[in-house]
Formats: sequence, C-alpha cells, structure tokens
Amino acid sequence: MGLWQSYRLRLQRRRWRVRAFRKRRDLHTVANRTGQIRPSDILLFSTARNEGVRLPYFLNYYRDMGVNHFLMVDNDSTDGSRDYLAAQPDVSLWHTAKSYKRARFGVDWLNWLQMKYGHGHWCLVVDPDELFLYPFCDTRPLRALTDWLDASSIKSFSAMLLDMYPKGRIDAEPYRPGQDPLEIAPWFDAGNYSISRNPRFGNLWIQGGPRARVFFPNTPERAPALNKIPLVKWDRRYAYVSSTHMLLPRGLNLVYDEWGGEKASGVLLHTKFLDTFTAKAEEELERRQHYGASKEYIAYAEGVRENPELWCKWSERYINWRQLEILGLMSKGNWA
Amino acid sequence: MLIHTAFGRAEQVARHWTRASCPVVIHADSAVPQKVYDDFAAALSDDPLIRFSRRHRCDWGTWGLVAATQDAAELMLADFPSVRHVYLTSGSCLPLRPVEELVAYLAERPRTDFIESATTAEVPWTVGGLDEERFTMRFPFSWRNSRSLFDMSVAIQRRLNIRRRIPEGIVPHMGSQWWCLTRQTLSAILQDPKRPIHDRYFRSVWIPDESYFQTLARLYSTNIESRSLTLSKFDFQGKPHIFYDDHLQLLRRSDCFVARKIWPHAERLYAAFLGEAAAKNRAEPTPGKIDRIFARAVERRTRGRPGLYMQSRFPNRGWENGVTAGKYSVFQGFAELFEDFETWLARTTGAQVHGHLFAPERAEFAGGQTLISGALSDNARLRDANPRAFLTNLIWNTRGERQCFQFGPADNVRINWLIARDPNAQISVISGAWAVPLFRSNADFALLRREAAALQKIEAKMLDELRSPDVKARIRTWSMAEFIEAPMEPLQVILDEIGQKSQRRLAEPPRMTDLTGFGQFLQNLKNEGMHPYLMGDFPVDPAPRHGTPQPKKPYLVKKSAG
Repeated sequence: MGLWQSYRLRLQRRRWRVRAFRKRRDLHTVANRTGQIRPSDILLFSTARNEGVRLPYFLNYYRDMGVNHFLMVDNDSTDGSRDYLAAQPDVSLWHTAKSYKRARFGVDWLNWLQMKYGHGHWCLVVDPDELFLYPFCDTRPLRALTDWLDASSIKSFSAMLLDMYPKGRIDAEPYRPGQDPLEIAPWFDAGNYSISRNPRFGNLWIQGGPRARVFFPNTPERAPALNKIPLVKWDRRYAYVSSTHMLLPRGLNLVYDEWGGEKASGVLLHTKFLDTFTAKAEEELERRQHYGASKEYIAYAEGVRENPELWCKWSERYINWRQLEILGLMSKGNWA
Repeated sequence: MLIHTAFGRAEQVARHWTRASCPVVIHADSAVPQKVYDDFAAALSDDPLIRFSRRHRCDWGTWGLVAATQDAAELMLADFPSVRHVYLTSGSCLPLRPVEELVAYLAERPRTDFIESATTAEVPWTVGGLDEERFTMRFPFSWRNSRSLFDMSVAIQRRLNIRRRIPEGIVPHMGSQWWCLTRQTLSAILQDPKRPIHDRYFRSVWIPDESYFQTLARLYSTNIESRSLTLSKFDFQGKPHIFYDDHLQLLRRSDCFVARKIWPHAERLYAAFLGEAAAKNRAEPTPGKIDRIFARAVERRTRGRPGLYMQSRFPNRGWENGVTAGKYSVFQGFAELFEDFETWLARTTGAQVHGHLFAPERAEFAGGQTLISGALSDNARLRDANPRAFLTNLIWNTRGERQCFQFGPADNVRINWLIARDPNAQISVISGAWAVPLFRSNADFALLRREAAALQKIEAKMLDELRSPDVKARIRTWSMAEFIEAPMEPLQVILDEIGQKSQRRLAEPPRMTDLTGFGQFLQNLKNEGMHPYLMGDFPVDPAPRHGTPQPKKPYLVKKSAG
C-alpha cells in the first residue's frame, strides 16, 4: 500500500469520525447510566428497532457472559422496548427518530457513542439477534478472552455471522420473550462460504450460507457479507466503516493469518429467521431503510412468500462451540 | 515472590505458603501505586513469616527483575536462617500440591539446585532471533516500549561488529526464570567478591532474568537439576500460556508442584488447589502429560488445518500448507470415452464420484443431488462466483471420503490452475476425448466444427498449464489414440493410486463407447479446415483393411482376463 492510499484512508477515517460527531445530535438521552462504568468494564453497543421480544434473552445472555454495561440506541420503537430498556439497571439508552439509513445503518450513532464512552474499553458491537460465541465460552467468561487478547497484544477479534434457521417454515413456531432462540432455530449451513480479500481495507469478505443459497442463487455477488469484527479494544480514533464488517485503521481488519496458521476467532449466531422475520421483512420493505436499497429485504420478502424453508438434508444442528471449531467455522488459534 | 498485579491472589497464595511454615519475601513492582502497596502490606502485616523487600522497577526483560530477586533473596537468607531451599515464584504462580509434599521432596534432595540452565547453542527457545548475541551486545533500549530503537541498535552493533567481552569464567546459560536454589548456591552467588563485575555485565544483557542465576549457578552448584519445578508453558511468541478453570484436571494430572500463569479470576483453580490437601502423593512431577494440548495450540496457530479457508485463516498463495484438505481425482475425457464411467468408477473404488462439477449449467454432484455435504449448492452462479472456494469447500466438507469428478474443456476451466498446483490432486487426461460426444451428437456439422475448434483450443491451453514447471498435482495425460491402444494399464495404475478397494487386478473394465465412424468424423473435420490433433493419430475406419471385416473395438473385455 502506497503512502497516497494510506493518506486517503486516513482522510476517510476522519470523515467517518466527523460524521459520527455530527450525528450525535440525532440522539436523545433516555437513561444515561454511563457514570457506573469502571475503567476495566466490558461494554456492549447495539441499535434496536422493535426488538422488544428478543431483549430479555439478549440482555441476560450477555450479562452471563460478563458484559458490564449496555449502551443502546432505540430507533423509534413502537413496541415498548424503550421503556423496558430504560428500566434496566445496566443499560444506558438513547432514542432517535432519525433515519437509520442516513446514519449509515446505525454505524454513525454507535461510532459516536463508542468515541465518547468506549475509549480504552473492550467493546462488543452486536445486533439484538446476534449471539456471540468464542472459544471456551462455556467455561471461561468474556473477561478471560479479553485479558488473553490484551496479553497477546491483539486489538480486534473476528466473529463470522452464522445464519441459524428452523426446520420447516420460518413462521411455524412463535418465539416467546426470554426464550432461547436456538430452541426454534438450531440449524445452520456448515460449509458453503466463499471468501475473498478486500484489497482496499485488508479485510476478508465472506458470503454464503442459507441466505446466498436460497435468496441470492442467481445474484451471488449481492448476497450479504458475513464477516464481522464485533470485539475491539476501542480507541477514540477508530471507526467502523460499514456495519461491523470492517474498521479503520486497516490493521484492525487483519484478524486472519496469511501464512497458513489460524488466529483465534468466534462466531455470531444470527437468529434472524424466527417467526418475527416475515413481518419484519414486510415492514423493512416499506421503510426502505436497509443496506443496498433494501435489496436484501426485497429478496427476502419474495423468497419468504414463496417457500420459507431454509432447512435441507445437509443442514447441521447446533451443539456447541467445539462443534463449530471442528467444522472450521471458528478457531481456538493459539488459545489453549 | 515477585508481584505486580492481582494482589488479592498474591495474598491468598502467600498465606498458603506460610500456613505450611514456609517464610515468604514479597517484592512488589515499584510501578504499583503507593496506596495500593500500603494496603496490601497492611493486610499481610499480621503474618510473622512475611517480609517485604526493597522495591525495583520491573519491566519485562530488564535488570530490575534480577535486582529485585537479589534483594529479596538476601533478605530471605538473612532473616530466616533455617531456610535451606529458596523458591522463586510470581504472583500468578499457584501451588498445585500441598506445600508439605514440596518440603519433603526438597528435604530428600538437600544439595540439589533446580534451575533450568542450558547454553545458547543447544536450545531453540529464543524468540526474536537473538540467542548468542544477547550476551555479546548492549541493549540500552526497551524492546517493549521502543522497539524501533531496539532494532536499530542491534542492527548498528551487527554492522560495526561490536562485541562485548564476557567476564572471565562465565559461560552464558539460559533457562526459565523460576528456580529453586539451595542456600549454599544462592549465597555463593550473592556474596561472590566478583559480584559487582557480574552485575555490571548482566545489567545490559538482554533478558537477564533468564540468564543471571542460570549462568552463575553453574559456577557454584555441586548438583544442578536442569529443570524448573514450576510448570510453565510457552506459546509460539514466547509468552506464557494462561491456565483457567477448565484446566483443573489437567493440572492435577501433571503432579507438578507449582504452575504459572494462572488467570487471577480462575476461582475454581484457586479454590481447588489452595483448599484442603488431597491424599498423600509422592509422584515425580510430569509436566509432559500436558504438553500435548499446548503443542497442538502452537501447531494450530502456526500451521493450521490444511485445506481450511475461514475467517481467521486465509493463507497467501503458496502458504496454504495443503491447498485442499484431502486427496481427490480429476478425470478428463473418461466419461466421454466410456459408457457409464461414473457408476463403474464408484463401484470399483468406493469413492464418491461426481459428474462434471464445473459444468456450465450446474455442478453435477454424485447421485444427481442439488445440495451436498455442508449444504453446498449445485447452482452454477454461486459456484462460479468463487470456483476456488467451491472446490476447497467440497473437499473440506467431505474429508475422509475420497472425491472423484469429471472435468473437461466444456466446463468452467478457471479452476484448472488451482488443481494443477495442488499436491492432493490426481489428474488423468485423455486429450481429445471431448470430440466423442460431438461425434455422437446429431447437430449440424457447421456447429460441430465450431464447437470442436473452441474445445480444442481450450484443452490445449489446459494441457499447457498442466505442463508448467510449478505443477504439484499427480498428472497423467494420454492422447485418445494412445489410450485406446491399451486402456487397461493406465486404468489399473490410476485405481491403484486411489487404492481404496480391491487390490486385485481389474476384473470388470468399463465399457467403451462405440467408436465406429469416429475416424471418418475426424477426417470430415479436417476436410472442413479444422485440424483436430489432440486425440492423436486416428486412422479413417474401417481401420485395418486386412483381417476381419468386423469392427474390433466396441468392447475391451478381451484384455481384462489377466
């Protein structure tokens, strides 16, 4: 990479940060409990819109993992999730009615909150339908991982998005608040992911899984990106570029080994495909607030209306992280 | 006991030692804030067997660690005259066996010094490329904090060939910094009249804490056991592995006396090992028992799993350590020349045999499936968006089961080069066999001619690739004419190499397509100005004018008898 490109990326990073700074005005404080944050706390950042039904399980899942404080942006929910979140003792909540799209799908808002509150902390950025898994997560708390990353001088940790789905129609079984979504949607695609390198940002670009297979078989290049870097030891000079797929400075995107070895990595179980999905796809279709002119949602809405069955005879049923390790979807790397 | 953090744990462990009447001298890094230090010292002030030594700044790999150890050891030897062995530990060390067992073990070996100590020439431990040079250069800059200055000073000294003189009588040794020395040896080191010379020398050696005592012990000890009683595992960067709750059984089985590093929040480990003593145990420490798991971690981090491409392993070309995960066979021209070749091959080898995986319409998976292991789709667009990922995925998903597939110039041939440089691939080509389906088809001749020209051009290019010097696959090519002459032998060789089923000679050969009129077909192409050459020299039939009038080669059963 030449100096020129390096300079341009620096400018771009500055632009995202300035943009995040401007977008801070979108956010109105509902409950600010950030005073509770201690210097060593692990923070979670998330944007939610009408995810009320998922929130109880989501919050408990990450509390048990060892997240100390949640910083959430409520994008004008109408299902009462704002009040629910505001009442949680470890949640700081901001509200906005502004456009999700014009905040670059929430990235600007979270970049701003991270800039302000995340500096020097390990920050996890996930959506309410994403469940983070890392090696040994059944026996070691998240702090064991972040301590180890600190000791190894690693600043960012990759966790690929793994789409989970039910057997049978997506809307067959209703999801109840507090329920483990994996009870309904425990299936996933084990080995149909294709990877290429993004020369500009140095990150890997992963596509595939059931969404590429069922919704984008004829336009695979439009299938959603599955690479994510959700856990970062944040510095106020950092910025997410596009969702949590990639960051600047570029060094943070080098979460993979290029010389044959394996670095440690995790998985984000993506429990999007519950009965709530059909309604959500229709709604998003109307709002047109999602990435790429909501093409993804158009494809979903069409695919879902026809035959919402993602399961096939080669689908794999989720057991635990060790299974995903053996399948090669994540790795322990050097952590033993 | 050297500490700099996790004071609660340090206090817990210190009290564990004194409970077994072992005195403890604690050194706390001078970087620890005074307030924290005072609280910690006050908390332990009720224990008469605990002392605190003068504080030094202990940056990694600096002299401070040695100075701290010297002061603490002097204090220990002066204040507790009954002490015979001194054990150097850190705040993140955890005694795994009852202290009484360690005391008994040392009492049985009153003259033995346990200190890992080896000359630089004989061990491959060093990380960072400095082994002997760490004793012959000066290191004024911190490796941690000013790496570039550190590297620059090393480069300058190398360039100018600056070498320090090693003090007389000293042979540099290195080893784990966690030792257990006898009073005799330790006091000899500390009271040596030449100590100022030694100290001055080691002050600017790199990582003196791993060489000062290790070297000097060699001067005075009568009986060195070159091993550390502290169980400590290092990763590929030379950083110690950390132990967690789930290592409990592993640590128990090791029979080691002390382990480091323990994660300070490993509640179960601290509870288990600092709690009640277990049954009497006089076993020798056997750290080897747990080596395997940590050796595997290093292997995974440095070499990875061959043929795996994933979010945290995406090797550059040439660094794959195995382009694919397992052996597979590629057949070009066989399915065209033989009838029902795939069924025959599957029956003979027991392997999974696919059709043309890279066919233009779809990936022809075995058994006509539309999806296969790993939910890999037969959709041609999905496949062609990244053919390389398609193939490596297929081989990874079916590891343990041999894969065979058909290939040819009518397929997506972008993958040809990847296969050619993959040592796992076995490629067998009958060149020119693509003409057989054309010959048997019922299309207009003009169309066939164009098609034949195109296919021949593509196959010629593929063959060129297979002849490149960088090829790693096992490749065999025959022209079609050559192959038809003696088909059994090549088939036998290929099957032997796949070597899954029958070691016997081939009993049942595949049935060859009826080629009557093929020579004429080729001649017709030639007459049209398209020169088919890849299939070799085919006579215009009926081939042999003399002898039987009947065409001779619809079957090749005859040769199979053998």
